[in-house]
Amino acid sequence: MSRMVKNVFATAAGITVVGAIIGVVAGLLQHYGNPANMAICVACFGRDIAGSIGLHRAAVVQYLRPEILGFVLGAFAAALAFKEFKPSGGSAPITRFVLGMIAMIGALVFLGCPWRVFLRLAGGDGNALFGLAGLVTGVWIGTLFFKRGFNLGRSQTQSTSTGLIFPLVIVGLLALRLIYQPVAGEVQSGVLWYSLSGPGSFYAPLTFSLAAGLGIGFLAQRSRFCTMGAIRDLLLFRQWYLMYGVLALLVFAFLTNLVLGQFNPGFVGQPVAHTSWFWNFAGMLVAGLAFALAGGCPGRQLFLSGEGNTDAGLFALGLLVGAAVAHNFGLASSPAGIGPHGVAAVVIGMAVLLFVGFSNCKRT
Amino acid sequence: MAQKIVDARGLSCPQPVLLASEEMDKAGSGELTVLVDNDASRENVGRAAAAKGWQVTADVEEADGHFRLELQK
Repeated sequence: MSRMVKNVFATAAGITVVGAIIGVVAGLLQHYGNPANMAICVACFGRDIAGSIGLHRAAVVQYLRPEILGFVLGAFAAALAFKEFKPSGGSAPITRFVLGMIAMIGALVFLGCPWRVFLRLAGGDGNALFGLAGLVTGVWIGTLFFKRGFNLGRSQTQSTSTGLIFPLVIVGLLALRLIYQPVAGEVQSGVLWYSLSGPGSFYAPLTFSLAAGLGIGFLAQRSRFCTMGAIRDLLLFRQWYLMYGVLALLVFAFLTNLVLGQFNPGFVGQPVAHTSWFWNFAGMLVAGLAFALAGGCPGRQLFLSGEGNTDAGLFALGLLVGAAVAHNFGLASSPAGIGPHGVAAVVIGMAVLLFVGFSNCKRT
Repeated sequence: MAQKIVDARGLSCPQPVLLASEEMDKAGSGELTVLVDNDASRENVGRAAAAKGWQVTADVEEADGHFRLELQK
């Protein structure tokens, strides 16, 4: 038990504090420039990164978000500091990549990852209630697969070099962000793309964004913070541990929004949101199931990738490619409503997830 | 006596807890060994055991980096 006691963040009080910190920091990031009710959404920011490196060319969502880079590097630092950097991988890598793609596509039909479901609720966006219902339903379907013996197989220990690859990719992206700073009025700075309008043009100062990402990455690695896992563990085991963190995030993001005048309750005209309740539900259902089958929400996948988990790293790369496909193929929603092919994306995504789910059940 | 071993090494969430819980439920009481290969799973299995009234009597890091948890009720 001695090692367990040492990790103060892996206690009910510890993860509650971590969730509260994330909630407050999210509110502050919005206050200092990040998009409203998005603040630190992993899916939205993954999409912005995909745009910033030109994987898609949706002009309004292009920015190399330092928060996401910080998530991985903060978790990497924590893993090194606490001897938890253990490179592993080889558990159905290509399946995890595709799960990442589908998770992102589903999230972009809703317009947000599980983190943003709670951040949108904390900002008063009622449409997120349908996203939450979809998320819970998707994760619940995932638990049915788990009860049927679903798993993607065992990972194996990998070399230190292999475990370092993903964090090094992130260091490379950070270098690009530092070298090619945004230039006022220009859509391109060196190799990076920037937005002149829309969500991609809203961002907090680089140092604050990066520090926030690093801090959250560090704390989340220690506490195992996971939004999908919170719902899964409650449904599957009646285990509240992770949920304490998520509830703290919700409450403290709400309180921060109240203090900063960022709480605007309603359904219509909410920032970067649409009002189609069914597709808010269905998009998040697909995303929730994909996250459940992959074993973690997008944030958790980034933290795991910082620990040297190459399967999680591949899932994260799948998120980026999914974002590119979502915008290039017109699958992503916008405040005007769902994309021209959003319906097909949800149907096909769900079909692929059911195939992955049923075909990986080891017992019936 | 031959002790039941749950080998959850290399499995991702929630498999380690699921497999360990299944064995604890099946046995009702007794002794159980659970092998995991990361700290998060170690903590999760410990938490699940506590919730079911089992005690973690040993929590050892083996030479190859995996963890051996001894559970008892």
